[in-house]
Amino acid sequence: MAYSEKVIDHYENPRNVGAMDKDDSGVGTGMVGAPACGDVMRLQIKVNEQGIIEDAKFKTYGCGSAIASSSLVTEWVKGKTLDEAMTIKNSHIAEELELPPVKIHCSVLAEDAIKAAVEDYRSKRGAGHSQAEVAAALVAH
Amino acid sequence: MNQPQIIDLESKKPLLIDPDRPIYLDYQATTPVDPQVLEQMLPYLTHDFGNAASRSHAYGWTAEKAVEKARQQVADALHADPREIVWTSGATEATNLALKGAAHFYSGKGKHIITLRTEHKATLDTCRQLEREGFEVTYLEVREDGLVDLKAFEAAIRPDTIIASVLFVNNEIGVIQPMEEIGRILRAHKVLFHVDAVQALGKVPVDVEAIQADMMSVSGHKIYGPKGIGALYVRRKPRVRVEAQVHGGGHERGMRSGTLPTHQIVGMGAAAELAVQLMDADAQRIGKLRDRLLKGIQDRVEETYINGSMEHRVPHNLNISFAFVEGESLIMALKEIAVSSGSACTSASLEPSYVLRALGKSDELAHSSIRFGIGRFTTEAEIDATIELIAGKVGKLRELSPLWEMHLEGIDLNSIQWAAH
Repeated sequence: MAYSEKVIDHYENPRNVGAMDKDDSGVGTGMVGAPACGDVMRLQIKVNEQGIIEDAKFKTYGCGSAIASSSLVTEWVKGKTLDEAMTIKNSHIAEELELPPVKIHCSVLAEDAIKAAVEDYRSKRGAGHSQAEVAAALVAH
Repeated sequence: MNQPQIIDLESKKPLLIDPDRPIYLDYQATTPVDPQVLEQMLPYLTHDFGNAASRSHAYGWTAEKAVEKARQQVADALHADPREIVWTSGATEATNLALKGAAHFYSGKGKHIITLRTEHKATLDTCRQLEREGFEVTYLEVREDGLVDLKAFEAAIRPDTIIASVLFVNNEIGVIQPMEEIGRILRAHKVLFHVDAVQALGKVPVDVEAIQADMMSVSGHKIYGPKGIGALYVRRKPRVRVEAQVHGGGHERGMRSGTLPTHQIVGMGAAAELAVQLMDADAQRIGKLRDRLLKGIQDRVEETYINGSMEHRVPHNLNISFAFVEGESLIMALKEIAVSSGSACTSASLEPSYVLRALGKSDELAHSSIRFGIGRFTTEAEIDATIELIAGKVGKLRELSPLWEMHLEGIDLNSIQWAAH
């Protein structure tokens, strides 16, 4: 398996590895994949009162591409609003990491992880979005 | 411990001890040609280049003499008669010749073949082809330790069973099947017994009489001989017939045509003789290294699982699954070690090893397995470096693994509803 230098870089020096308190109301957790399929990704985002993702952490069980894809999205989502983060597509990830065709599913999984983390955060906040978050979302549109 | 080394014939310097290359622990994939073997091969590429089939001059006679000496050497290694040895391009061709050749010849007697799920692909794919030709094949399950269940084996025999094919020593997990018992059962039922002894020769005693084999495939490059050469043993008493699969000149008593590659054959003969000579010494030294590797890994890494029986296993093989890390990322992390993984991730389907699946291993554990193949030139320093690397890299990947974190928190991974994708 010939990997691009970017995959190898993320694999050897993964960014933002770690865990956040998943019970913290400011943290959204997304876990996707299944052990039997050979990859499980967990992405966590910490969202501030302005609705901006100020931190992100990941842990991934999977091949080099899966680890690199999740490492990359932790970098990409930081500083973005939730809606901006939701615009990250698997094709962007695959392109950036120059993933071979057999590894496209890793980038799909990373996109799913972002969506799952954002949904988890939003469901925790329920209907009662903070004022600031609503304001930020409006500005973003 | 007397450490054998690969020495360059010209410079007299060791060849394998190369800090710029990964540590080679894939001796079940292939082996380097032993320098003692290479030395015997070389003259047959240049000075003694004759065709063994040339009966009319000295060039041919020299080549024929070398080929017949090698035939005797291989026959001796298998406790066979030299007239029972047929040269082939390798063990895959030998197995094709044995199974297709005998199935075609005996198809009038029956069309049923028995083999195991954990066989090498040379056997499984040949059986698939025979199924397409109208033969019926039973692929028997093995026990959790990789060994055949003899009762189930005997029960699978039918009146129309003509051949059974069994892998003596498994290439992935190194387990040794009870060949004498299998041979007895098959002889009693008058079923032909083909043995894939590729991984057995030089590692355990191989005796076609003791196990009552009718056909046996062996290979040169797994026993420190050259690639591109193998042999099929075909029993003379009682006579076993195989239909040729390669035609053109009637070499090898009509069973396999084609000009004989004298240098390869000389190499295989020399390697077979050396393999038997060194078998006990190699096994003892390699066994110590394997035990050191296993203990080192088990002392340093939790949650490891050995695949296959340790009791009925060659010392040259260790196959371990590292729970909560994924196989391909582990292989990628272990680039300083040349090993092979049970996870064939190069295919789009992410198929885990069919051998480990046949032992009833979960996909996760099958995906995270590593095969360590220890050989004649492995050193204690290489084993120690391997233990260090494994402990470090598995630890690093587990820090990255959400499954490991959940395991440490006491969460049962089977209790979780995973989203299929």
